[in-house]
Amino acid sequence: MSAITMVRQFGEVLLAIAIAPLFAGWIAQCRAWLQSRTAPPLIQPYRMLRKLFSKDVALAADASPLFRVTPYILFGTMVLAAAIIPSIATDLPFARVADAIALIGLFATARVFQSLAAMDIGTAFGTMGARRDMMIGFLAEPALLMVLFNAFLLSGSTALPSVVEASTAHPFFVDPSLIFAAVAFVMILLAENARIPIDNPTTHLELTMIHEAMALEYSARHLALVEWAADLKLFNYACIGFALFLPRGIATHGKDGTAALGIAVLALLIKLILAGAALALIEALSAKLRIFRAPEYLAMAFLLAVLGLLVHLLLGT
Amino acid sequence: MSWIAHCSEMNNLTSIVALHGLHLLLCLAVLWIVLGLAGMLQTRSTRFVAHFLFPLGAIVCLGVAILAGIFLATGHSPQIAILPLGLPNLPFHARLDTLSGFFLLLIGLAGAGISIFAAGYFRSGEGTAPGLLCLEYHVFLASMALVILADDAYFFMVAWETMALSSYFLVTAQHRIAEIRRAGFLYLLMAHVGALCLLLSFGALQGGRWQFTFDAMRSSSITPFWASAAFLLALLGFGAKAGLVPLHVWLPEAHPAAPSPVSAMMSGLMLSTAVYGMLRISFDILHIRYWWWGAVLLGVGLFSALFGAIFAAVQTDMKRLLAYSSIENIGIIFTGIGLAVLFDAAHLPLFAALALSAALIHTLNHSIFKSLLFLATGSVLHATNQRSLGKLGGLIRSMPWVATLALVGTLAIAGLPPLNGFVSEWLLLQSFLYTPQLPHAFLNMLIPLGAAVLALTAALAAYVMVKFYGVIFLGQHREPSLVHAQDADWLERIGLAWLALGCIVIGVVPQLVLRAAGTVTGTLLGQRVNLSSSFLWLAPIATKQASYSGLLLLAGLVVVVVITFVIVRVLAHGRLRRTVPWDCGYPWQTSRMQDTAEGFGQPIRHMFGSFFAMEVELPSPTDTAPRYRIHIEDRIWRALYLPIARAVQGLASWVGLLQGGRLPIYLLYSFLTLIALLGFVL
Repeated sequence: MSAITMVRQFGEVLLAIAIAPLFAGWIAQCRAWLQSRTAPPLIQPYRMLRKLFSKDVALAADASPLFRVTPYILFGTMVLAAAIIPSIATDLPFARVADAIALIGLFATARVFQSLAAMDIGTAFGTMGARRDMMIGFLAEPALLMVLFNAFLLSGSTALPSVVEASTAHPFFVDPSLIFAAVAFVMILLAENARIPIDNPTTHLELTMIHEAMALEYSARHLALVEWAADLKLFNYACIGFALFLPRGIATHGKDGTAALGIAVLALLIKLILAGAALALIEALSAKLRIFRAPEYLAMAFLLAVLGLLVHLLLGT
Repeated sequence: MSWIAHCSEMNNLTSIVALHGLHLLLCLAVLWIVLGLAGMLQTRSTRFVAHFLFPLGAIVCLGVAILAGIFLATGHSPQIAILPLGLPNLPFHARLDTLSGFFLLLIGLAGAGISIFAAGYFRSGEGTAPGLLCLEYHVFLASMALVILADDAYFFMVAWETMALSSYFLVTAQHRIAEIRRAGFLYLLMAHVGALCLLLSFGALQGGRWQFTFDAMRSSSITPFWASAAFLLALLGFGAKAGLVPLHVWLPEAHPAAPSPVSAMMSGLMLSTAVYGMLRISFDILHIRYWWWGAVLLGVGLFSALFGAIFAAVQTDMKRLLAYSSIENIGIIFTGIGLAVLFDAAHLPLFAALALSAALIHTLNHSIFKSLLFLATGSVLHATNQRSLGKLGGLIRSMPWVATLALVGTLAIAGLPPLNGFVSEWLLLQSFLYTPQLPHAFLNMLIPLGAAVLALTAALAAYVMVKFYGVIFLGQHREPSLVHAQDADWLERIGLAWLALGCIVIGVVPQLVLRAAGTVTGTLLGQRVNLSSSFLWLAPIATKQASYSGLLLLAGLVVVVVITFVIVRVLAHGRLRRTVPWDCGYPWQTSRMQDTAEGFGQPIRHMFGSFFAMEVELPSPTDTAPRYRIHIEDRIWRALYLPIARAVQGLASWVGLLQGGRLPIYLLYSFLTLIALLGFVL
């Protein structure tokens, strides 16, 4: 029994590692279509990773060990988060290691390491990127916590497996507060994953960069890991969103036979395809904000989440 | 066989602690004072004082920690002693219970690291002679332990004042610098304003029975008005010591002025004694708690936390930055205490126990990681003679030991898993989740916003710490002389490593400290949080609601990183060449182009501008020698302290009118006073 759950746990993690770049590729493809460009092939991210892994690392002369170990830590935290988030099944051994609040903490660990590494070389753009990324981080965290507060009020738990099981128990019940929370969550997802309107993942202009500025000094296998970790982060955020707001299809406790797991994988893929298209649409419709408009944007996300909370408390359910 | 012997040894030790724990602890406190006096034998001998007395002091610290740890682990009933000291008919009472045990554990654990570090740190030729410093240092340690063991108001105040005075002399160790004398005076002033409030608070607590032992106060039934008055006075008194806004002004002045081990002691340990006092009065001595006390504590705590984090983000002096970070952490601790009072007043003891455990564990954590960081700044200060962040940078290359150990403290104080700072913040956020169950219609809508403030504070703390670590240790050297910076010596390394180890162990096995905090909440509230049977898991309410496992998180992280590394090396390759950093097509990159401390604080100044009184001086485009200057001040100075100072001065000048300077007038005053007094008697 425990061997089987361990195998499932590994399967979930490997699936996450494997399809995270594909998800990023799918969003890029949808964006290209919406902008009437010829889309790159879906497997473009994998080609990129292969190319990067085969290159020689060009490392700045006075880079410290912290700089070299950070890509591995980034990748490690994101893989660990993928093991914790119930993307396919709730009854997995790692699912209880951290609740949603601890997951935010885990993402914050990754962010702090990446910012420290960006400051390590001491170039102007690296430190600027670090400062901006930390700023987005402290603005997004209160909003994200309020979203989780909403989920807690509905399900009485911040552990994602319990949230999923509580909401699959009443599949046709949608609390109005969840709608506010979901909108807030999507806004936070865009900000945390360095996407339009906060950051532009395809930018080549250093002055407007956030995430890319921090990765400027990385090359070859280090860059590959940093990029892969970024893809995994987006995938993880999407899966947290599914667990909170669209848990249909996730195999719950007692109903996780092979068939249920197959359905769960299929459901995950469908949700990813739809979510990717929706994200691409949002990004195509919005423009990048000036950096000092970011507080307004994230304050709006925060207020939406608080509104959800108030709706819940006032309706008194 | 040896294991059995070991066990029986342990049993012996536990039974000794059960019988004489309090006496042993008092002996250890006396031993500290003896060590301090021994320093006076050879005041100028750095070798004798630093390499002999301070390590001994560290061993005594360890002894205190072990005794307190055993006392907490076995959960014995309180021990009482009456000391043959003090005034006639007014002897000192001492008492050891779980609350004092917890704080002694804290003093022992953090104090051991600081004392070992101090052994390597204090050198002759810097202000006060080493022997005298040794006396002041150990009296400071002993008085903190006695504050915690005191069981009557008289003994408490004597120990409290000794603590304030000994730390004043430590702060002014380099008394030849006028700025340091000024900081010391401000500290002394605030300490005495606080002590006055405490005295009044004890006066309110005795309830007209004129019995000043804590035992008598516990049993006295005072009216709600006097209970509230005692609580508010205690909040003022302990708040002045802990650095709650607006009584925090001495902290950012005194902490940078003191030598680094003393800063560490003041910030890590002395602030904790104020937390102890607050808990002692509000949860032990006062038998009733009103919900609005909790609301006041919560509001003050949250505001202090946010205020401290915002001001820390704009500091350019590394020790001032840490001082503001202390205000932030004290705010977090008082937030936890406030929540505990709220839950307790609403008869929700389990959640009160959760919030109080969070506050206790955060106090312990703060004492460990803040000491670690202050000590690290001490090493940096000795190596570079620089406190200003604008003149540091790149020290990870010349001081790898300090940089690595400080990284642990940085991550811990930033509240990141799997280290200790995260554990207490997680527990506190968990207890915030249950606030909608409070029976106040408005409060339970407002308090979740408090959780958001706390999250903002925690994330700002991460911002501050990235700035702190990044500007000091990472990047390019901002001054050419930094290349020759010397790493810490081995005694300093041991001290730093001890505290870093504490950060990791508490973070990975938080059940140990949660158990200790559980015994305290068991005594104070009659309830402890749920301790899962396995040491792996932290699930204070129930696993179904929320669980966390620091050990599995760390293990998982290490395993994934190692596997990734091996796979990358096996499937790809490990080729690497060193080159110059990428220059964006602009070939002259100098170390001055990195973000400065001011630059890193710029988003905060932009967003929270209304918090600061700022003066900015920008160069015009035509300046031949452009200069950028920014001065940031607390608004509270002008809003609160200057008016008070002016009022006091005005009052003094009025009183000055009485001072005629001629003897007959003074004799007339005496005569009139006598007449007036006679009027009372007759």
